[in-house]
Amino acid sequence: MLELALKARRGSFHLEVECRLASDWTVIFGPSGAGKSTLLRLLAGLDRNSHGDTAKGKISLDGRILTETSRGVWCKPGRRRTSLVTQRSSLFPHLGVEANVAYGLSSLERPIRATRVAEMLELVDATNLVKRRPQDLSGGQAQRVALARALAPGPRLLLLDEPFSALDGVASDALIGRLQTWARANGVQTVLATHDATDAFSTGAEVALLREGRLIAQGPATEVLQDERERIALRLMTP
Amino acid sequence: MDWQALALTLKLASVTTAILLAIAVPLAALLVLGRSRWLAALEALAALPLVLPPTVLGFFLLVLLGPRTSVGRGITALLGHPLAFSFDGLVVGSVIYSLPFAVQPLVAGFAAVQPNLVDAARLLGAGSVRIVVSLLVPLARRSLVAAAVLSFLHTVGEFGVVLMLGGDIPGATRTLSIVLYNQVENFDYAAANHTAAILLGLSAAALAILYSKGLRRGSAYRA
Repeated sequence: MLELALKARRGSFHLEVECRLASDWTVIFGPSGAGKSTLLRLLAGLDRNSHGDTAKGKISLDGRILTETSRGVWCKPGRRRTSLVTQRSSLFPHLGVEANVAYGLSSLERPIRATRVAEMLELVDATNLVKRRPQDLSGGQAQRVALARALAPGPRLLLLDEPFSALDGVASDALIGRLQTWARANGVQTVLATHDATDAFSTGAEVALLREGRLIAQGPATEVLQDERERIALRLMTP
Repeated sequence: MDWQALALTLKLASVTTAILLAIAVPLAALLVLGRSRWLAALEALAALPLVLPPTVLGFFLLVLLGPRTSVGRGITALLGHPLAFSFDGLVVGSVIYSLPFAVQPLVAGFAAVQPNLVDAARLLGAGSVRIVVSLLVPLARRSLVAAAVLSFLHTVGEFGVVLMLGGDIPGATRTLSIVLYNQVENFDYAAANHTAAILLGLSAAALAILYSKGLRRGSAYRA
């Protein structure tokens, strides 16, 4: 279970979120600029107080405190057992696909590492890309490899910031389906930030609705995104 | 031709470059990745030799490393000889004088690495040392080459600091630029021409190597 109570300022933007995410698959839904990416970066431990930007509050995952600014607790990103995959490719351009996926596995012995890399590439249907360089990948392929790299170290919390934007609908649904099965089997809690309501409906996720840095609703997609559902239905029926 | 001075100059430049890279890589990484408010002051301090006249820097070091200061006396006691007017003293002076020529290209190169790559490495458990070694240095390798070449050339052409701190001791502190100065002072322009040509050739060759490793020219505009 992920519990958070956060207040953050990024320039003129203010984020204030307090919630408890108990579902194994949660969708943070909101328009661009709602604060989804800021929230995920705070959960990942990537953003701290700096140059006028402030962040304070508390984050805990399954009872383990990851951030508690009042007590000066801040767990480093690599020690949170948290992975973040973003829309923007972050593959290391000087390393091949195999080395990219293996990057977070340096503590494992070589044969175990190789097996793990192969498993993760198979999960995201990218086995055929193993010898490629990031420069030779399409946007969708790069996102698959980035996802494999994020899953390889075995996170407890997986943060996805619109990472399937470069995939077509069918490929995206198939990948999300495989990912959901894997995450459930491995006890990985997933938080997916998106502005696409179909992502929320297709996964049957719990939805947290974020608008202008505030959490304004939380619950099943069918309830929280009723308006979105009607809008999509109307759009599909309009000739 | 003063081969001894040429060998000493190349030795001084090589040792200085090696020491500078060992200092400048972690320093530049700290300046780019660090969060302390004091880093701006540290960056200014590292850039100070750019604007300080070499003779002033040489004079300060001569005083600091001489017998009048506790630092100088301590070093003399430790090494058994004073650093001033020795090859080791020249290395110290050269490292300080050429520091910005190593640090600044590296800072520019490391800062050009996309922050999302550094974030990804952090999330995958990489500490600062691994981020520098596995990410910043390979991605900024052109800056590393530039830092090495500029440090080397700057040391080869150094005069004010060398003269102040090392004087003119054959085999110990007499570099090519001191030889050139002596030749001009003695109106031996033929020899001075040779020495100047060697210094010019060294600089041109090193810069040619640096730029040949650069852009794949025209590649961005190729159809």
